[in-house]
Amino acid sequence: MKSAAQIAGEVNSGATSAVAELTRSLEAVRARNDELHVFLFVDEEGALAAARRVDDVVARGGSAGPLAGVPIAIKDNMCQRGVPTTCASKILQGWRPPYSATVVEKLLAAGAVPVGKTNLDEFAMGSSTENSAFGPTRNPLDTSRVPGGSSGGSAAAVAADMTPIAIGSDTGGSIRQPAALCGVIGVKPTYGLVSRYGLVAFASSLDQIGPFAKTVTDAATLLEVLAGHDPLDSTSLPEPSPSLVAHVGDGVAGQRVGVVRELIEGADEEVLEAVARAREALEKAGATTVELSIPELRLGLSAYYLIAPAEASSNLARYDGVRYGLRVDGDDVAAMNEATRTAGFGAEVKRRIMLGTYALSAGYYDAYYGQALKVRTQMIGAFARAYREVDLLLGATTPTVAFAFGAKTANPLSMYLSDVFTIPTNLAGEAAISVPFGTGEGGLPVGVQLLGPGRSEARLFAAARVLEIADGRP
Amino acid sequence: MSPLRREDVAHVAKLARLSLSESELDLFTEQLSQVLEHASDMASLDLEGVVPVAHPFGLINVVREDEVRPCLDRDEVLAMAPDARDGRFAVPRIMGEAP
Amino acid sequence: MTLEHGYEMVVGLEVHTELRTRSKMFCGCPNQFGAEANTNICPVCLGLPGSLPVLNVRAVELAMAIGVALHCTIAPSTFHRKNYFYPDMPKDYQISQYDLPINVGGYLDLPDASRVTIERAHLEEDTGKSTHLGGTGRLQGADRSLVDYNRSGVPLVEIVSGPDIRSSAQARAYAQELRGILIATGASDGRMEEGSMRIDANVSVRQANAALGTRCEIKNLNSLRSLQRAIDYEARRQVEMLEHGEVVRQETRHWDENLGETSTMRTKEEAEDYRYFREPDLVDLIPDQAWQDRVRAGLPAMPAERRRQLRERLNEPTEAQLDAVEVVIDLGLETLVEAAVERGADVTLAISRAANEVAAAIDEVANLTPAAFADTVLMEQHGQLSATQAKTVLGELLANGGDPRAIASQRGFEQLSTDSLEAIVDSLIEAHPDEWSRYREGDEKLAQFFVGQVMKLTRGQADGKAVIAALQQRR
Repeated sequence: MKSAAQIAGEVNSGATSAVAELTRSLEAVRARNDELHVFLFVDEEGALAAARRVDDVVARGGSAGPLAGVPIAIKDNMCQRGVPTTCASKILQGWRPPYSATVVEKLLAAGAVPVGKTNLDEFAMGSSTENSAFGPTRNPLDTSRVPGGSSGGSAAAVAADMTPIAIGSDTGGSIRQPAALCGVIGVKPTYGLVSRYGLVAFASSLDQIGPFAKTVTDAATLLEVLAGHDPLDSTSLPEPSPSLVAHVGDGVAGQRVGVVRELIEGADEEVLEAVARAREALEKAGATTVELSIPELRLGLSAYYLIAPAEASSNLARYDGVRYGLRVDGDDVAAMNEATRTAGFGAEVKRRIMLGTYALSAGYYDAYYGQALKVRTQMIGAFARAYREVDLLLGATTPTVAFAFGAKTANPLSMYLSDVFTIPTNLAGEAAISVPFGTGEGGLPVGVQLLGPGRSEARLFAAARVLEIADGRP
Repeated sequence: MSPLRREDVAHVAKLARLSLSESELDLFTEQLSQVLEHASDMASLDLEGVVPVAHPFGLINVVREDEVRPCLDRDEVLAMAPDARDGRFAVPRIMGEAP
Repeated sequence: MTLEHGYEMVVGLEVHTELRTRSKMFCGCPNQFGAEANTNICPVCLGLPGSLPVLNVRAVELAMAIGVALHCTIAPSTFHRKNYFYPDMPKDYQISQYDLPINVGGYLDLPDASRVTIERAHLEEDTGKSTHLGGTGRLQGADRSLVDYNRSGVPLVEIVSGPDIRSSAQARAYAQELRGILIATGASDGRMEEGSMRIDANVSVRQANAALGTRCEIKNLNSLRSLQRAIDYEARRQVEMLEHGEVVRQETRHWDENLGETSTMRTKEEAEDYRYFREPDLVDLIPDQAWQDRVRAGLPAMPAERRRQLRERLNEPTEAQLDAVEVVIDLGLETLVEAAVERGADVTLAISRAANEVAAAIDEVANLTPAAFADTVLMEQHGQLSATQAKTVLGELLANGGDPRAIASQRGFEQLSTDSLEAIVDSLIEAHPDEWSRYREGDEKLAQFFVGQVMKLTRGQADGKAVIAALQQRR
């Protein structure tokens, strides 16, 4: 499949039309969506209208933007006006938002053509997409295995060449982990770089929207479109979108890279090998590498599994059957709330709501949530100290390659452990990218993770590009 | 750190407006206990004096001007309501005053 | 009202006021009373999935103004979520301030010189409004409640006093003074009947110097009168209970204005656990010194100061004159008084006309310009209008606006020149020699006889005082 950069160039020059590119994309979707269950909703009508608008602009002699005519998949926890947004939950089944997320407006302004809404773990809670209320997504590279989660659908859309790019959300690894398991690139931007307005909140202090792509240049192009201050999001960074594409070819000469013990320990052999080879590739390209230990990172999982559910328990309170979505009636409004939420939420969502409610409740706040916030401060300090010694960190994205359906569902904790390498970045609000680097068991892809301080995306893309070339994708 | 009891889970479910079956109550108590047990490494740390950070990059004073902006169309909004009457959202009767 | 058996009441008041901003606290929807249901809503104040709050800078400034007026410290603050389920709350949590409010540690001095401490005054968002449809009394499909979210997200400041109030009269005075301050800062319109200002009272009783008793919160106080009555009722209720050996239960009670009593609100099975935590969608609020100074500098004079300034103009004021000053300040009529005084009007006359004639038609005060008021008062002062005529002119100005001289001339309130008045007095003295000699000998009552005669002859156009002056001159 053509890259996004290629499509945009050809559409803007008139060499191809947005409608033609959309047609190709829809064919790919139709060919495998039943099998893979990537899309919960394919918006043929809306996509066609968007594609036609792009072609009109070009026909009148203008440029339709950096993503002109590029088909894109959007994770179904982002609002798109008039299009069903379910968050893969029965409680929002059939709901069509009366407004669009800022990122969706930006994509349309850049000429992108949203093809549909992709499957996810319900309300973004999960690491395999098995928690979707509408059935899981299958890994395009091996359909007996999970694509990862929670943005499994978006990762699979790109991996299956349905769309060259997609967007997902990452709260504890939900972009990077599925990217690694599906063999594509996934980025979690600095907290506040991309507006959260219109992203259905899971954990407000951790959520970020980010790109999926097959090439580093496409990922950078997409992130440039998504990023920049939004007056509708109070946590949005004040500056406009940074220049990223221009820096993709900067290389890593003179960069210092720390290989972090806590970001590889416990990973499978094949993953460790991939990290080792990535380290060599960076050294070959002129970086110096050292081994680092950041022991504070080990507390990340515990802190995350208190902070995220706590915020989620509050963010999900609004699903009460009053104003939109599912309603199961009751004798009085409280009974209706209870009946609605009990019927509408899946087990994992209920689990996290209860965990979060408990962590915040009277008598337990200090020991759990309060303590977790302090651990988070420790972690930010630990990263800051590390970045005084090095410019970037290197580690694994996730401990294993894609696992089989049902392999980790018996025990929630075992599923949570797949986020152990990705969670610290969310807690610190910093940036990270997962880059496919080689294959493991059965030819399944392995991802390695590059981490940087806040606002270091340009540096990360440059290093990712070095790895991309070393992995044979020039 | 006190262990998580079945009554705690039942109480918390009520607070969260969730109703659980007996077997769900047992299952969730077990599962949540495991997570909290795992978190005991963190809970036992002495972090006295550590101040929780508000925003990772120290943003403060984010405000907007006091200007009126367009609203949503009422009909569009009420159309998505499970029950609407007289231009208002209808719910089963509310028992008890607001806290 | 003193309580029996040596008890004293301990009262604290919580006052919520809606802020007079154009738009809501966290979104651009109009902050507007009385609009058609659910027409002032958007994704944010409706709490739609994906929506986010952004703080209204004017709400912050008004909160700071309130803080300054109440002598509080403006502190760095954060927002917290107060989590509970209720249909008029679109997110099922309220964004409020918890342990780090914007204003802390102030006080309010009352006209009787007592001081009530202010613990805090913080920002929060208002909820929607629910109304209830009556049912057949049967459970199935009977009762419904209807919710309007127009009010959801309107900015509020909550002002919490210390438990310093010791009588219902003092509570009323506190509420009244606070209301005057909120109006003076521009933060509020103080309309309790419209719900833009709401008061809850926390009442407990104790023996003098004993530890604080258990307190009850009283809600549904829709007027200052209700406030006073409810506090007295509740204090008496608690004393009676304690005297009977019963224990006062800590609870929220509802005041019924018709029955004149408080009653328990339907109790819930469990106490609310609000699970407060810092609002992650908002950042900290740290108003710097420059901003605080701008707010401080922009504050107009508060009622206490304006009262003092006006009182100072009076020479040994009587009780009645002091009351009139209160009325003038309460109703914000001092601009009229100042305008008249500046042009040379007598201050007591100006205050009297404002506190009586203008106050009586306060809803129409916009029709009366300070210049017109000053003109009218001066015309009366110089004898061009009698008191009665001046009141009539004011009434006309309030009803329809206009120019006082034009009105006077239209109504035939012709100027009675001094010469013609003198001539009339002379002729009456000649016509009533007996009455005149008795007056000259000291019978003051006869002055009124002559005044009456002058009025008859001039069809009420003469100024009574001028007549008396003319008589005294001729004595």
